[in-house]
This record gives sequence, structure tokens and C-alpha cells, in this order.
Amino acid sequence: MIRVQNLVKTFGSFTAVNDISFEVPEGEIFAFLGPNGAGKTTTIRMLTTLLRPTSGSVEIDGLDPQFKQNEVRQRFGIVFQDPSLDGDLTAWENMELHGVLYHVPHKARRQRTEDLLRLFELWDRRGDQVKKFSGGMKRRLEIARGFLHTPRILFLDEPTLGLDPQSRNQLWSHVKKLNETERVTVFLTTHYMDEADRVAHRIGIIDHGKLAAQGTPAEIKQQAGVATLEDAFLALTGSTIREEGADNTDRMRQFAKMWSGGKR
Amino acid sequence: MNAIYILWLRELKRYVRSRAQIIASLGNPLLYLLVLGFGLGPVFKRAGNGNYFQFVAPGVIAMAVLFSSIFSGLGLLWDRQFGFLKETLVAPVSRLQIMIGRTMGGATVALLQGLLICVVCVIAGFRPAHLAAIPIAFVFMVLIALLFAALGVAIGSSLQDMQGFQLIMNFLVMPIYFLSGALFPLTGLPKVLDYITRVDPLAYGIDGMRHALLGSSTFDPMLDFAVMTVLGAVLMVVGAYRFSKIEI
Repeated sequence: MIRVQNLVKTFGSFTAVNDISFEVPEGEIFAFLGPNGAGKTTTIRMLTTLLRPTSGSVEIDGLDPQFKQNEVRQRFGIVFQDPSLDGDLTAWENMELHGVLYHVPHKARRQRTEDLLRLFELWDRRGDQVKKFSGGMKRRLEIARGFLHTPRILFLDEPTLGLDPQSRNQLWSHVKKLNETERVTVFLTTHYMDEADRVAHRIGIIDHGKLAAQGTPAEIKQQAGVATLEDAFLALTGSTIREEGADNTDRMRQFAKMWSGGKR
Repeated sequence: MNAIYILWLRELKRYVRSRAQIIASLGNPLLYLLVLGFGLGPVFKRAGNGNYFQFVAPGVIAMAVLFSSIFSGLGLLWDRQFGFLKETLVAPVSRLQIMIGRTMGGATVALLQGLLICVVCVIAGFRPAHLAAIPIAFVFMVLIALLFAALGVAIGSSLQDMQGFQLIMNFLVMPIYFLSGALFPLTGLPKVLDYITRVDPLAYGIDGMRHALLGSSTFDPMLDFAVMTVLGAVLMVVGAYRFSKIEI
């Protein structure tokens, strides 16, 4: 369903993604793990038509996202790292808008919106403006929305960030259920190793733009010779913290580009 | 086509729901209308120019349309900040459709805002000279709304965050307003000011409105119409181009 070969992305002299290759077969839940700034989001952006690769090839359901943009977009749903709902619209209207943008026929749109809102336990709140929702509810709505156009693949970029254990559990059980009933391929990133261990069929660990390991959770633990996935993760990626620097450069870059309207 | 409609509808829903914002955005034009309209009236009359309130009302209506339409374009920055922009840009819909939907929505909201001010003007005592010419004034309002909504989208697509907002406000929107002849007649001005007002697109929009509502104008109304249409079309193209270049 997803096939990535020798994918590279450079920003100036900085190599964000450095020659990675992997495959995700249909119906699989694949967890893409890595420390902050490792290249996870950059990879997702290339898989989802938002960014052009510097070199290498990407195939989504047999199509190249660079050249078959709209066809590819129709085939996946995505939940971004940060929220992307319209807070002034109601839950129902957010779904409606998404359905229209994704060309879901009127009748199917209404039916599926109802089914999904019921499944994600938001049906009773469908008429409320999204800005009144809690963080967990917003996330659920975003995931429900991602499923609305019956995508073949669902991308989840740190979907459980900032949620309490109850919401996280519930969220994953919904995703797992839809993965089983609709055979949706799921590509997710998360910082919670226990989640990845529990939910994912296979895992890829990326660090400094390189794929450090891939396999089932059991294989990865075995490969690192440790008992938990968290230990395996630390063994493979080291324990240096590397977030702040990247954040500041990001901000600087943003400021410099304020007037150019160009890429960040 | 549906995509354009649903995005247009979104802008309208957001407008209708933000009641506090509607009232707040009426404050500024009302201040100009009532304070300047009545305050400068006596001076204007003594200078032999007639009724200032009648003169300034079209300018204030245009002001409401100008601000509202530019801000709707800059609303892109909010959508970027709150992430909704991504949802639309990753959808299987062309950027052009998204841009058109937004611009039309913004322009419609600006028109509603302008019509609201019209009503206030009439209540406060504004009387158009010819009722038959009101549709022509409306056409000019539409042109102002479209032109500046497109300009707003072009600017909103080029900025990365809210830091540029104040800059745009002080160095673009306010000069466009003050140099448009909204508040004073564009006749007998010093040479430099005269040239500057001639490159201000809003000057032609307001002049067209005045011609329709009051029967007096500085430029030829056909020139007003031509400038507004051509420049509006150019800005649409520029806005669509800038919008197509957004990366998220």
C-alpha cells in the first residue's frame, strides 16, 4: 500500500530524510517512531503530497504523490500533529465540509458522518461548535473526519499527544476496530512506546533521517536485546535530547521567510 | 464547484456567528460617520462644498467594505495558525477553487458589512440623490469588495504569521483609506497628493459610488468602472498565484 525507496529530502545543507526505504502492506498498522527532529513529519509530508522529495520514490496505492496529487489525496485520510478543525463550525459542519471537499456523495456523506460520529461518541454533540470541545473530543473528531471519505490509508501524526490515558486507549481501540472492519492501512507516529507496542503490527525507527531498525515489536526488542520497546528505542537512538535547537532554527527560518511566502 | 460553495458558506457562517466581531467592526466606520460627519459639517459648508454628511457617507460605506474584505483575506493567517488551512490544502481539490471560494466568501461578508453601514447611514440622515442609481452604487461596492478580498488573499498567502499584520494595517490599509478621498474631495489638492490619490484603487471605487449616489464625481465614472474591473481581475490572478505557492 505504501512503498518508499531510497527517499531523500534536503533543506539547504540539512538532510532531514536520508535514504530511507520501507514498505507497508495493505491492512497493516505501521508505527513510525523516532526522536523529535528525526524526520518523521518530513516523511509524512512527502507521503501525503505536501512536500516534494529531493530524490527517491514514493508510491501510495501504486501512485506517485508527486504526479497524481488529487488521486493520492482521495486515497488517504490524515490527522496532523496539530489540530486542523474549524472551531467556529460545529462537529457536523466540519464533517460536512470535509465530505464535500473529498467528493463524497450527499447521501453517503450523511450516513457515514452519522455512523462515524456515533462510533467516536460525538453524535450527541454534533451541533456544538468545535471550540467548545475538549482536546480528546477534538482529536476523535479529526480521526472520524479522516475516515469519512473511506480512505485506503490513514496517516496519524502523534494523534495522542496531550491526551489522558482514557482518551488514548479509547482512540486506539476505535482505530484498531476500523482497521479490522474496513481494512484501512494505518501509518502512525507517536512518542508513547507502549502504544506502538500494543497497536502496531510493525514498527520502523528513524533517527537523524536514517531508518535505524524495522520489524515487528518483538523483532525490534530482540534485535536490541532488551525487554521493552522503550529500552529498544533508547538503545537504537541514544539518550541525547535534541528538540530545542531545532525549534529555534525553525522559528528563525519562519521569521526570515515571513515576506517571501516560501517554504519553511 | 461544490468546493467553492462550501468554502463560501463557511465564511458566511463564521461571520454570522461572530456577533461580537460584527459589532466591533462597525465601531470604526460609525465613529468616522458620526463624529467627522457632523463635526466637520459646519467647516465644509462654510467652504462652500455643501453637506459634508452626504459627502462622507459613501466614503464610510466603502471603508467598511475595504476593511472587512482585506481582513477576510488576512484570515488566512488565522487559518494557518489554527491549522484549518492544512485541512483544505490537502484535500483533492484544486488550489484555485479553494482560493475562489474563500475570496467570494470574504467579498460577500464585506458586502454585508457595507450594507449594514448603508442602513446606519440612512437612519442617520443620508439621502441618495437618485434612487435609480442605487444598483450602480451597489456594483461599485461589489467591485471594491472583490478587489480588496483578492488583495487580502495575496497578502495573506505571502505572510507566515501575525507579525506582519500591524505592518499591513499601518502601511497599506490605512493609507489606502485616507488617500482615497473618502474623507475629503480630491479636487484642488497639492500636486504630490494629487498624484498619490490617483494610484489608490479605492479612490476610483468611492468616486464611482459618489457618482451614483450623489451625482457628482471627480473622475469619469466609466474610468472608475474600468480601473476597478481591470485591477480587480489582475489582483485575482495575483492572489490565486500567491495562494498556489503556499507551503504548509
